[in-house]
Amino acid sequence: MMKRDDFLKTLAKHRKDEVVVAVYSAAQEFIQIAPHPLNYTFTGAMGQGSSHALGIALGRPDKRVIVLDGDGSLLMNLGSLVTIANAAPGNLIHCLCRNGSYETNGSVPIPNRDKLSFTAMAAAAGYRRVQTISTLEEWDKELPGLMREQGPVFVDIEMQKGGSYKEDFERLYNPGFRDAFRHALAGSR
Amino acid sequence: MAEIEAVTDVLNGSRIIAAVKQAGIRFIVALPDRTTSEHVLKPMLADPDFQVIQVCKEDEGLSICAGLHAAGHRSLMMMQYTGLLDSVNTLRGVAMEGKNPICMLVGLLGKEPGVAPSKSARYGLRIVEPVLDAMSVPHLLVEAGADVAKMGPAIDKAYADSSSVVLLVGASPK
Repeated sequence: MMKRDDFLKTLAKHRKDEVVVAVYSAAQEFIQIAPHPLNYTFTGAMGQGSSHALGIALGRPDKRVIVLDGDGSLLMNLGSLVTIANAAPGNLIHCLCRNGSYETNGSVPIPNRDKLSFTAMAAAAGYRRVQTISTLEEWDKELPGLMREQGPVFVDIEMQKGGSYKEDFERLYNPGFRDAFRHALAGSR
Repeated sequence: MAEIEAVTDVLNGSRIIAAVKQAGIRFIVALPDRTTSEHVLKPMLADPDFQVIQVCKEDEGLSICAGLHAAGHRSLMMMQYTGLLDSVNTLRGVAMEGKNPICMLVGLLGKEPGVAPSKSARYGLRIVEPVLDAMSVPHLLVEAGADVAKMGPAIDKAYADSSSVVLLVGASPK
């Protein structure tokens, strides 16, 4: 199965000036793997990443916004699939980093993980494109095209934890870094 | 029994909308609230000056407002007080600890005319202001026409201070 840090390194390889909104483990690792002024981790409460990303995408339709959501997180804000599909931001790519568990909260499995289909839910909600990625090679190959695709795009990527990275929630939610992000985004036209 | 004061200065939906525009807000994030749907939200949905983002749940709305702020825009979250109570954790994490200027227009469905929310016969209404006070969230009551003039300065202050504000709508605008 794909390792999350390999997935993140591949994203960093293809990234140019896209905004990346990340939550929990993906956020902790991405800010260490690929520090960037347009990394946004200031989501503040579980489940809210996709909604922050929607606000940024609507506020800056000229910028691509990639959100790295979690499956436990998305379950907490499932309505956001409908909200996003209805608002229909063409510049939003919603990536589901699916590990089947609440990893940050003790790696307890999410409910009904073997039967759930997030892609079916995203498709039924009305996302323009829904895709499943199974391997790192596929992610590497498909990502450039996905970043050009008219959104909202939903990408389900099954993965597991790779290397160990330091957790720093103070950094993740720090309003000072958020203000720096705002300035960087304002200057990125 | 609650003390009732006569409200003669009627709240007007078009004045609320004008105040929102005057405050530089073009993004409205909303979940329908019976208090404001007819004369505030519906006109906004038909007004090309506004982009209305309809949400499925109130907490996601607060986060959309935070994202819009990060992208350089002012916004207003419209909801019923029940939705505000449902969003307490997001209000904590995104608005208060995250120091995001989240401005909320919150309908007090069922509030008795001229009765302070804290004196309402309804439990849910009575606890709204104490909950906000406990969380240090600034709030003000918009119940009479004259209260509308306070909205713009309250919104400006929220953005100036990276704070939040809850505008409690105490009567159905006409």
